[in-house]
Amino acid sequence: MRKKLFSAAVCGSALLLAITGCSTTSGNGTKDDGATGSGTGADCVIKSAVPISAAFSLTGAAAQYGASQKNALELAVEDLNKVGGVTYELTVEDDATDPKQAIQVFDTLIASGAAVIIGPTLSNTAKQTNPIAQDAKVPVLGVSNTAAGITEIGDYIFRDSLTEDAVIPQTIKAAVETLDVKKVVVMYSNDDAFTESGYQAFAAALKDEGVDIADTLTFSKADTDFRALLNKAKKSDADAIVVSGLIDAAVPLVTQAREIGIDTPIIGGNGFNSPALIKGAGKAAEGVIVGAAWNSASDNEQNVKFIEDYTAKFDAAPDQFSAQAYAGLQIIDHAVRAECSAEREAIKAGLGDITDVPTVLGDVSLNENRDAVHDALVQVVKDGKFAILE
Amino acid sequence: MQLFLDGIFLGSIYALFAIGFTLVFGILDRLNLAHASVFTAGALVGIEVVSRFGISIWLAIPLVLVLGALLGVLIERIAFRPLAGRHDAHFAGLISSIAFGAIILSLLQALFGADTRRFPADAFPQARFEILGATVSLLQVIILVISVSLMVVLTWLVAKSKLGRGMRTIAENPHAAAVLGLNVGRISSTTFAISSALGAVAGVLFTLNVNAAQLGIGHAVELKALAVIVVGGMGSLPGALVGGLILGLSEVLAVNYIGSSWRDMVAFGLLFLILILRPQGLFGARKTREV
Repeated sequence: MRKKLFSAAVCGSALLLAITGCSTTSGNGTKDDGATGSGTGADCVIKSAVPISAAFSLTGAAAQYGASQKNALELAVEDLNKVGGVTYELTVEDDATDPKQAIQVFDTLIASGAAVIIGPTLSNTAKQTNPIAQDAKVPVLGVSNTAAGITEIGDYIFRDSLTEDAVIPQTIKAAVETLDVKKVVVMYSNDDAFTESGYQAFAAALKDEGVDIADTLTFSKADTDFRALLNKAKKSDADAIVVSGLIDAAVPLVTQAREIGIDTPIIGGNGFNSPALIKGAGKAAEGVIVGAAWNSASDNEQNVKFIEDYTAKFDAAPDQFSAQAYAGLQIIDHAVRAECSAEREAIKAGLGDITDVPTVLGDVSLNENRDAVHDALVQVVKDGKFAILE
Repeated sequence: MQLFLDGIFLGSIYALFAIGFTLVFGILDRLNLAHASVFTAGALVGIEVVSRFGISIWLAIPLVLVLGALLGVLIERIAFRPLAGRHDAHFAGLISSIAFGAIILSLLQALFGADTRRFPADAFPQARFEILGATVSLLQVIILVISVSLMVVLTWLVAKSKLGRGMRTIAENPHAAAVLGLNVGRISSTTFAISSALGAVAGVLFTLNVNAAQLGIGHAVELKALAVIVVGGMGSLPGALVGGLILGLSEVLAVNYIGSSWRDMVAFGLLFLILILRPQGLFGARKTREV
């Protein structure tokens, strides 16, 4: 199967080479393939649909995130195609939460002529796949990668997801100020790039705020029984437990912590920021503090409409992953219209110039490191809901 | 004391999974790698019947037991029996059981999706009590009681009952057993059914214990269970229990006294040490088959 896929990819890229080879000899100059249009911004008209591709984890450990992202993109394409002038054609492929499969998916998407690739879901995977897109000069917009070292891969790699480095210091600062946290136990899964870099950010932020780290405990992202670790954490008598882990670990960890009698606040990284935490952990989730790039309580006009539409279409509440995916396509739309072109180079240039674009996340800019800049929110679970920590 | 109890509870889950594993291995000399998928199926179906139909967990466990038994029969019929005549039946069965496990997982994903699922919060009484200064939940005690009693019942079944005698005869020599007039096919099916029923129930208890079930949980436990049955002595039921408890205890102690990053290394290192000192495993006998 792999072999077949591989040879298909080889054939695909050979075919692409042949086609581009032809077009440079015959069509020297302006291409008339409908990829470049006339006008700019709102007036931009591009004849053929702009091919947008996405690689998300629709199966495997990160499948819950991937599903939200796919839904949001479908909704975004629907909404943007109504505007007129520019239409989008969306292809979503499954990376199965497996970097090896993601590499094949990226090869296929690049060969099939994607103007821009959105994804992949996990930072872990992005570190493997994005160099391929960089080499092929295809712009990539990450909509959920928050680990360090993603946009450093190259100048074609962008993201609209606020990094842990940006969110975590704000979270710790708010927790120290409102809850008077002085001593904490830190727990993180050390076999995942995302949670590992989250841990680094927590450790740095705790140091900056002068918080004492009583103990640092590690676990594996596949773990589900945390009682041994939690009993150890309980003995240290800390004011709070700081956790960098994915949602699969978050729910059992929080539940078991409350079960063995840990009543202190639990401060989580980005992985905790999902309605699945409250749904899964129920009452145990009360008092969990999470910094976030997005909050459903935000009264941003676009966001209110997005939540309504998403809930009506999919019969489920959107989470941060869906909001960031939706905003991703809004940003791409802005970049495409700015240059009024579906060419890869034009989109890259457009993405390099994103400043205060209004999205469901608020006004988003991409800085000189191609990372997102916008305000973060610190939330606390209260009465079964994410509320703003005050 | 808390550490000791934590280790025992964790270990009893490994043991419960490993007992089903080792039963098939000990009697039929087949490694059934679909066992992890049966474990996952038990967990997810258990959640489904409790959360959708609102039936009590006490009724769900027997239901899952029956489902597991049915799956076991299917595994034996589809993945193992057609290959029985092959000279490479060991490896062929190993591979076909992996394939069968993958099919079960795909079906589960189609039915229930890839999300992490869990029992409703009130599915199980949340009672908690103190024993010698350690906090213990009712659930943990029940898991321990269920796994120990299942082990006792199984040991008795294999050692004393007519079915058990048939099993042991097959373990000794399947051809001779057939010549003696034993229904080898039916006894094999029964063995698979019992093994998978245990695996499925283990899935439910595990999920209740950690409050999370997704498609990958079976595989996380599978490797540990394999280690447990190797250390306990392949095919030995008491070995699986003791091996499970040793692994659980060593993991908990490693976390507390050495460091959480070293947990797997210490636990598996200890298992290797046992194997060096006693290559046949704790309860395994050299060159003879135990059941």
